[in-house]
Amino acid sequence: MRNKIPRVRAKEQDAKIRATNFKEVCFGFNISEAQAEASRCLQCKVPGCVQQCPVHINIPAFIAKVEAGDISAAAKIIAKDSFLPAVCGRVCPQESQCEGNCILGKKGESVSIGKLERFVSDYAREHQIRFTEKAPSKGKSVAIVGSGPSSLACASDLARNGYDVTIFEALHRPGGVLEYGIPEFRLPKESVVSYEIETVKSLGVKIITDVLIGRTITVDDLLGKEGFSAVYIGSGAGLPKFMGIPGENLNGVFSANEYLTRNNLMKAFDSSYETPIFHGHKTAVVGGGNVAMDAARTALRLGSKVTIVYRRSQAELPARAEEVHHAVEEGIAFDMLTNPVEIVGDGNGCVKALRCIKMELGEPDESGRRRPLPVEGSEFEIAADCVIMALGTSPNSLISDTTEGLDTDRKGCIIADETGATSRPGVFAGGDAVSGAATVILAMGAGRTAAASIDKYLSGERSPL
Amino acid sequence: MFILVLRFANVCKNANFAAAFQILINMFKIIRKTYLTPSVCLMEVEAPRIAMAAKPGQFLIIRANERGERIPLTICDYDAVKGTVTIVTQIVGASSRIICNMGTGESFSDMAGPLGRPSDFTLLPDGALKGKRYLFIGGGVGTAPIFPQVKYLSGQGALCDVIIGARNSSLLIFTEEMKSVADNVFVCTDDGSAGEKGVVTKVAERLLDGGKHYDHAVSIGPMIMMKFCSLSLKKYNIPLTVSLNSIMVDGTGMCGACRVTVGGKTRFACSEGPEFNGYEVNYDEAMRRQKLYRNQEIEADERCRSKLEGKQ
Ligand SMILES: Cc1cc2nc3c(=O)[nH]c(=O)nc-3n(C[C@H](O)[C@H](O)[C@H](O)COP(=O)(O)OP(=O)(O)OC[C@H]3O[C@@H](n4cnc5c(N)ncnc54)[C@H](O)[C@@H]3O)c2cc1C
Ligand SMILES: Cc1cc2nc3c(=O)[nH]c(=O)nc-3n(C[C@H](O)[C@H](O)[C@H](O)COP(=O)(O)OP(=O)(O)OC[C@H]3O[C@@H](n4cnc5c(N)ncnc54)[C@H](O)[C@@H]3O)c2cc1C
Ligand code: SF4
Ligand code: SF4
Ligand code: FES
Repeated sequence: MRNKIPRVRAKEQDAKIRATNFKEVCFGFNISEAQAEASRCLQCKVPGCVQQCPVHINIPAFIAKVEAGDISAAAKIIAKDSFLPAVCGRVCPQESQCEGNCILGKKGESVSIGKLERFVSDYAREHQIRFTEKAPSKGKSVAIVGSGPSSLACASDLARNGYDVTIFEALHRPGGVLEYGIPEFRLPKESVVSYEIETVKSLGVKIITDVLIGRTITVDDLLGKEGFSAVYIGSGAGLPKFMGIPGENLNGVFSANEYLTRNNLMKAFDSSYETPIFHGHKTAVVGGGNVAMDAARTALRLGSKVTIVYRRSQAELPARAEEVHHAVEEGIAFDMLTNPVEIVGDGNGCVKALRCIKMELGEPDESGRRRPLPVEGSEFEIAADCVIMALGTSPNSLISDTTEGLDTDRKGCIIADETGATSRPGVFAGGDAVSGAATVILAMGAGRTAAASIDKYLSGERSPL
Repeated sequence: MFILVLRFANVCKNANFAAAFQILINMFKIIRKTYLTPSVCLMEVEAPRIAMAAKPGQFLIIRANERGERIPLTICDYDAVKGTVTIVTQIVGASSRIICNMGTGESFSDMAGPLGRPSDFTLLPDGALKGKRYLFIGGGVGTAPIFPQVKYLSGQGALCDVIIGARNSSLLIFTEEMKSVADNVFVCTDDGSAGEKGVVTKVAERLLDGGKHYDHAVSIGPMIMMKFCSLSLKKYNIPLTVSLNSIMVDGTGMCGACRVTVGGKTRFACSEGPEFNGYEVNYDEAMRRQKLYRNQEIEADERCRSKLEGKQ
């Protein structure tokens, strides 16, 4: 019976040691571990796992190749549907996607699909296996705004299809959240992110950094004097939310984006860089998503004691299960059903404490989760000299403000239909810029859908000739 | 046949385009460098895209080298035809020291911009500025960012009086350049070593008390100077614009490091500013936030100095 084999665990850095460094937490499978884990898959005729993968990777097929030891064939199968498997294998919320719907998970433990995907793509990278065939040039150029996973996926598909693609990125390095948000210990920058970006470049995609669309050039200019035939907007949802409580502008209060950008994009943890970062002794992180976990574990690694403050209960934490588990192992404290009401200053403009109120769960709200309600008279203080707000982000309005006829919704998200087309002909959009903050794989999927629509749009445009 | 010709034209267009791109691709070469004072350095840098889009009031973010910090600097002049922008940097710490230590012919790793909203007056319709009277107050290195504004306004037929202040004569910058674009330039120094003895607000008050009328005032300089300008001009009922130099990281509205309180609301200086209504800014908070990394900055500058000295 195949499913009696216990789930193979990938080796990890010891929690005590990794809490003091920025090296990757999980070492991943070696080939024999991967084959053993692959042998657990039942090769379902109607695989539930594939249904729940947003890009529908042919999971049983690639796992069969792993079991057979033909890793390069496995890599080829994954490459048909995913451009960033080394990234997705590491950061997808597998428990609510592929693995969440694996038949083995119904009674026991699901197949480690993410870890297997990661193994295959790491192997492919180490053996320089790249899939870079492309169609002959179509003689048309497409501009892409932003260089996050959504844009990279769109760019790759278009380049393979023979389009001349140029990506414009506002920051000094490409990658979007993969570069500035998700920390090194979860997603290594040089070995994984840069390598994947090199693959995209090897398809002929040009990436121009330091260009803020809407300021340096507008979308109208891209379609006008710059001569692009279509534009894809993958500008993400970068604008951080604050709570609007007293004391938020005290010294020592940061958005997770600032804190993580200083450490990831600008390498504050590495003393050979000039970047300053605030070294708290006691840090309180507000929020319960991946961003909160990342900020908390970064602060821990920079030498702080850390507490996560979240207004719902453990079961509702939106972060990946693995990250919560790792955070607990590393010694991060969790204050659940707790909501900040004020950041208390020390009289000199610095943070002294986070004043909170206890919450209890009431009736379910629109999201189906039970709404947290404050418990009167339960206010208390958590001592802290650093507070990091990880409450979510929304799209920046710069592009919609500077583009003629580009509609957005109430939350500032660009409105796009299921093909990625916006209200402006020739302008497509996807990823977090359209959906609001979501996931890497959804952003990638949207990029690929838009690439197909752009191809259709541009082929259609040419056909009357 | 027709189709073929069209396709060919298309390819050519694209080929040209690619060539055009090569020229525009990021090369931020310093083509001119002069010291305005021993600690303030002016550089003209090749940045064609920024030069083409820049407007008065905007800034850029510069990274001197691969390991450098992202440093915001105001665009002090721009030449779309030449494809250059001018920056004026005062040495106050490690990064500004590294920037000023680079020489003609060398290139910065990165320059992103123009960032921030252009000055409000650039959005007015043609002719609206004709005959309007502006009072500019520049302090220290803040004088340089005033230059493109005065130049623009004069070009639009507005009348500009400019007060330039510094601690002493050796720290005065841009006085000659300013005279070439402004109607009147008033210089003052704390110690009286050049121009009038006294601070900028004293000169402003003297002009206003003497019956001068202005439609608008703009003050750019150290936060404390802008604060005093707002206190002093308030009684004359003149709209006042200030440019806030809060600590920034991305400069695109993504991190909130630059947040300031204006009119009781939190605003991001990089994307919603840097110019705000001078009477609504919480200067004390802004000054406190500027000092956030003081200790690390001092250490970094010590390291930087010893490294640079080691090189010589
Ligand atoms: C800290 C953190 C942890 C996360 N962890 C996970 C996780 O574990 N798993 C998961 O699936 N998802 C995770 N996410 C979410 C995921 O990273 C995003 O959903 C995804 O990156 C969105 O991709 P995108 O391409 O739409 O945008 P982004 O990745 O945000 O990229 C947008 C890019 O566009 C650039 N840009 C913006 N405006 C302009 C402009 N005007 N001109 C030029 N360039 C511009 C930005 O600088 C940025 O580089 C995390 C997010 C964060 C912040
Ligand atoms: C919109 C804007 C326009 C500016 N224009 C000019 C200009 O034209 N000429 C000029 O000389 N200076 C200008 N500045 C200030 C300049 O950015 C800082 O002097 C510089 O960042 C100092 O860096 P440092 O490492 O040399 O000094 P540090 O020793 O790091 O810091 C000295 C002081 O500079 C400020 N500072 C530090 N880091 C930053 C940062 N990342 N962003 C902003 N301020 C910081 C802090 O107040 C700090 O106390 C501007 C700032 C802003 C925000
Ligand atoms: S892309 Fe994500 S959801 Fe799809 S198989 Fe891979 S890890 Fe699972
Ligand atoms: S559902 Fe599980 S067992 Fe079935 S094919 Fe997918 S991974 Fe294999
Ligand atoms: S500098 Fe990051 S939001 Fe303004």
